Amino acid sequence: MISARERTLNYVVLVVFAVYALYPLVMIVDLAVSPDLSGDAAGGLANFEGAWEQGRFGTYLRSSVVVSAITVSIATFLSILSGYAFGTMRFPGRALLFWTMLVGIMVPTEAIVVPLYFDLRALDLTNTYVALILPQVAQSVAFGTFWMRAYFLSSSRDVVEAARIDGAGHWQTLWRVLAPMGRPAIVTLTLLIFMWTWNEFLIPLVMVTSENLRTAPLGLAFFQGQYTSGVALLAAGAVIVALPVVIVYLVLQRHFIQGIVEGSTKG
Amino acid sequence: MSAAEAQTAASAAAADRSARRERRGAPPGEPRRVGYVYVAPALVIYAVFLLFPLVRAVQISFYKWDGLTLGGWVGLRNYADILADPALRAAFGHAAVLVVFFALIPTAVGLVLASVVARARVRGLTFFRTVIFLPQVVAMVVVAVTWRQIYAPDGPINDVLRFVGLGDLARGWLGDFDLALPAVGMVGTWVSIGLCFVLFLAGTGKIPRELYEAARIDGAGPIREFVSVTLPAVRNEIVVALTLTVIAALRTFDLVYVTTGGGPGNATTVPSYEVYRRAFELGAVGSAAAIGVTLTAIILLLNLVIARIGEQP
Repeated sequence: MISARERTLNYVVLVVFAVYALYPLVMIVDLAVSPDLSGDAAGGLANFEGAWEQGRFGTYLRSSVVVSAITVSIATFLSILSGYAFGTMRFPGRALLFWTMLVGIMVPTEAIVVPLYFDLRALDLTNTYVALILPQVAQSVAFGTFWMRAYFLSSSRDVVEAARIDGAGHWQTLWRVLAPMGRPAIVTLTLLIFMWTWNEFLIPLVMVTSENLRTAPLGLAFFQGQYTSGVALLAAGAVIVALPVVIVYLVLQRHFIQGIVEGSTKG
Repeated sequence: MSAAEAQTAASAAAADRSARRERRGAPPGEPRRVGYVYVAPALVIYAVFLLFPLVRAVQISFYKWDGLTLGGWVGLRNYADILADPALRAAFGHAAVLVVFFALIPTAVGLVLASVVARARVRGLTFFRTVIFLPQVVAMVVVAVTWRQIYAPDGPINDVLRFVGLGDLARGWLGDFDLALPAVGMVGTWVSIGLCFVLFLAGTGKIPRELYEAARIDGAGPIREFVSVTLPAVRNEIVVALTLTVIAALRTFDLVYVTTGGGPGNATTVPSYEVYRRAFELGAVGSAAAIGVTLTAIILLLNLVIARIGEQP
């Protein structure tokens, strides 16, 4: 049986832990709505307006939305296709191709970003959405293929057989039967790719010099370097950059935690 | 043999093969060339934007190249430099220190705390889990900006020190030669520890309560109970936690770029940061590529080693 003392101890541990996790975040939100000595920040929600104007976060967010939306759409769609093939079909070289893609999960961006930059520059493709998006799609489909294959492997053979007897081809079987059933797996994948893309820093830092293409985290780093008169607008900018992912996380936290936990367990 | 006959024979053979596979409990599916069509788009983008750059990185790492003019072949010298150049050796050494802060401390602390919480059904656990996991989803650049304020000369840490009369200890933590690296590491601890805790909580949640009671009846104390009940049950989760956090430590870039820029001096520079600095600031592209390739090799190797440890009974 659990004693009252143990129960109290449990709550003490959890509360201390929660405060430790929350303190820095609460502090930055508090800074973001407080006035500071710069004279730019009057406090309250006006600080966000100030950051939006002075820090040009409107531009950065737009760029982040474009990059994330396109990366997530392409990567999720292609991952479903390739995961479907690896999970339900047999063709020569299947294992080799799958392992080749699996390696991509472990390759750090640091290793590929240098040749990518110089080769894309030679093709005049740096400072474009292509340079921001396609390398991130490549990284995401490596994980996505692995993730969706696990779902399709676990999907029921009987359902597929039934669809086939009903006269459905492989394309219909995928989109009318298996994809709808796999919605939880697909939602989780979408969220993970969104989070990775939104938070990515190194690829935009290297690929883009034009201010119009700067993504939100990159814009924040530049703003910190340039704007030194106070911390309120900087903090407001930080909140703006973090908020989209945090909101989605709070609404769908089960998917996030499960995705990050299971995504690695299955490896 | 006519074409039609050949086709029939071929499909009969294929059917026979697939029937045999089925008997052996082989993976699902039947022979389908159309699989290539489904795999192709993902594979092409992956090959062009990940695999090819990786091969190119290996190639570039054999050259001395400034990124502009023609490079010169130097063989393995860029790799030898990683061992010989004190600055580079230091960068890898710093990465090892970060592994302690990002991976070992969070795993150890997370394990102990998860085992403390494991035995009781706690109300509001979903809420606590959501909050404790939160640092994982906040962009690292935002985390870095936030912790810069915490470590600032007039930040909360120094405020507390002054308040309790230890004002002499107050300093700009990220500007201190000896303390900047641990300070950066502590940020990693903050980011990783929630992940570890939530992972272990999932693991301990699967332990049947009777096991704890049986251990109690056998007279096992808390430590004995931890070693013989909790630890074996979360073995898999430990492997996962270590894999994720060690890789995060080795790949630290955003955090160093935003908090210290590798400074003061070279006190907090790490391999990822050296890749960036050498390729895009110092014009030592070959050296940067060699560091990136080495980092990749270390990560692949660590993955294998950690997975192997996890497999052992």
